[in-house]
Amino acid sequence: MDGFFYFVKKEALHILRDRRTMLIVLLMPVVQVLLFGFAISTEVNEISFFAVAPNRTEAVRQQIERMNANSYFTFKGYIDQPDIDPVLRSGRAAAVVVFANDYDRLVERAASGALDEAAVQFVLDASNPNNAGTSQGYLQQAFLPGGPAAAGMAPAVRILYNPQMKSSYNFVPGIMGLIFILICAMMTSVSIVREKESGTMEVLLVSPVRPIWIISAKMIPYFLLSCLALVIILLLARYVLGVPMSGSVAGLVGLSLLYLLLSLALGLFISTVAHTQVVAILISGMLLMLPVIMLSGMLFPVENMPGVLQALSCIVPARWYIEAVRKLMIGGQSFPAVWQESCILLAMTVLLVGVALKKFNDKLE
Amino acid sequence: MNDIIISVKDLCKCFGNFTAVDHITFEVRRGEIFGFLGANGAGKTTAMRMLCGLSYPTSGSGTVAGFDVMTQGEQIKRHIGYMSQRFSLYDDLTVRENIRLYAGIYGLSRYETMRRTVTVLNRLRFRSEADTLVGSLPLGWKQKLAFSVATLHRPEVVFLDEPTGGVDPVTRRQFWEMIYESASGGTTVFVTTHYMDEAEYCSRVSIMVDGKIEALGAPAELKNRYGAESMDEVFRILARGAKRRE
Repeated sequence: MDGFFYFVKKEALHILRDRRTMLIVLLMPVVQVLLFGFAISTEVNEISFFAVAPNRTEAVRQQIERMNANSYFTFKGYIDQPDIDPVLRSGRAAAVVVFANDYDRLVERAASGALDEAAVQFVLDASNPNNAGTSQGYLQQAFLPGGPAAAGMAPAVRILYNPQMKSSYNFVPGIMGLIFILICAMMTSVSIVREKESGTMEVLLVSPVRPIWIISAKMIPYFLLSCLALVIILLLARYVLGVPMSGSVAGLVGLSLLYLLLSLALGLFISTVAHTQVVAILISGMLLMLPVIMLSGMLFPVENMPGVLQALSCIVPARWYIEAVRKLMIGGQSFPAVWQESCILLAMTVLLVGVALKKFNDKLE
Repeated sequence: MNDIIISVKDLCKCFGNFTAVDHITFEVRRGEIFGFLGANGAGKTTAMRMLCGLSYPTSGSGTVAGFDVMTQGEQIKRHIGYMSQRFSLYDDLTVRENIRLYAGIYGLSRYETMRRTVTVLNRLRFRSEADTLVGSLPLGWKQKLAFSVATLHRPEVVFLDEPTGGVDPVTRRQFWEMIYESASGGTTVFVTTHYMDEAEYCSRVSIMVDGKIEALGAPAELKNRYGAESMDEVFRILARGAKRRE
């Protein structure tokens, strides 16, 4: 126990002296939250469209005016039938709205309940299918007879928890899942392996300090760094992105600490397998980061994956963490609602800490 | 008995079917500079690891500084110093911070740490470099500092694992002067090397071939026994019989 304090201090110095890494660790959560929150979103905000209208009647003009007033649409002008393809191909617009010759008459007939012929046609650029799908939805809304209010048949939709359907909300838990793996698992493993490479680990092992203290001392500064990152992310999410945080904040923090512990155990495990820093980085990158990004539900919903991948995603700790954080952060639920995820994470942590320590001790012999 | 600091009898280490260290027996006297020679793969490092309490012997017995290598590894660690061929200092810490870290690890008091830091800095004429990052020091300086750090807690034995690898002859010469100084102060020095000219500086040497100690004695005695001009020749005569490669 003697040298423990000196070790923690030494590790802190290593981190503080390595300004670049420090900067990356502290800036990355900020940049990622802001990037995902503002720049990258799956929402479609601006649908620019041309119109083909052989008869520019009052009804057609009114319809276009109404759409143009909506911030989601931008009207670019009238074109002729043959120009549809070039316009979409050149990317000058995302959609073309084609009004029928007898648009007025068809709209009246539709209003009276006889839907026999389409009054408008949407031609969409589906090179990005997600965007095209969303645009189609918006366009259809805009053409509901007499506007959405008058549509007696339209279902009343109420969207809970994230009423504006902001995708930025959804990314925050994912970013948390990613960042902590990065700081705790990747950086800890690299820092342990670095000592193996430089030969200092050997000297530490010959010293009277118990190996387990050496490792714990290594983890503490990274643990604290992760806590700092956690605070930064939560503050940004609450005050910059406006995530409601209506659930149990204590539960959220508790769950995150558990996840941090799990990531540290992963880092220790990697350090016992890897002999060079490059290998440690590759293992963390391929075996940890990639599954977190692809399989955890951070970007792609787990429910949409083929069965094999769904099964595989069950062993990715980040999947359970992200799911639970979503419930707590966005769903506004209290801690008991995530007991299942918590139990799974706890079991994974216990298992990983056990295996990592066992492997670490075996390696010493 | 009191002036025997390391005593080893029939010490073996096996990895599966491979016997890395095969029944070695020797004694090292207090204050001696004991050279532990052998080609790469002869089992030097494995033997040394057992003496440092890093690895348990498969069979045999031994004591280091009065503690049993089988059962008292932790006590051994408190009474020995260790320096590896890579000097094992932290490049991103200053000279002073490195000294302080190792002082802390060996449980020196704050006052002792301060006193010995000053002693070390004065002896190495490092005072102006105390707050320089170790990474920016020349190799020879790092080597001297590493040795000072390894003996900071005044260990009874200091183990040096190829301490002069990669440094020029002048610096090596200076380094050996430090070793002499330390040994004359009563510290036993246990050193592995494959520079045969260094073997001449040792009080006694042992030569390991294929996991066994083939020869043991003062350099002059060995040269005499094998009718050789230099230790280099003695080593070559013995190594000719080796079956292991690397």
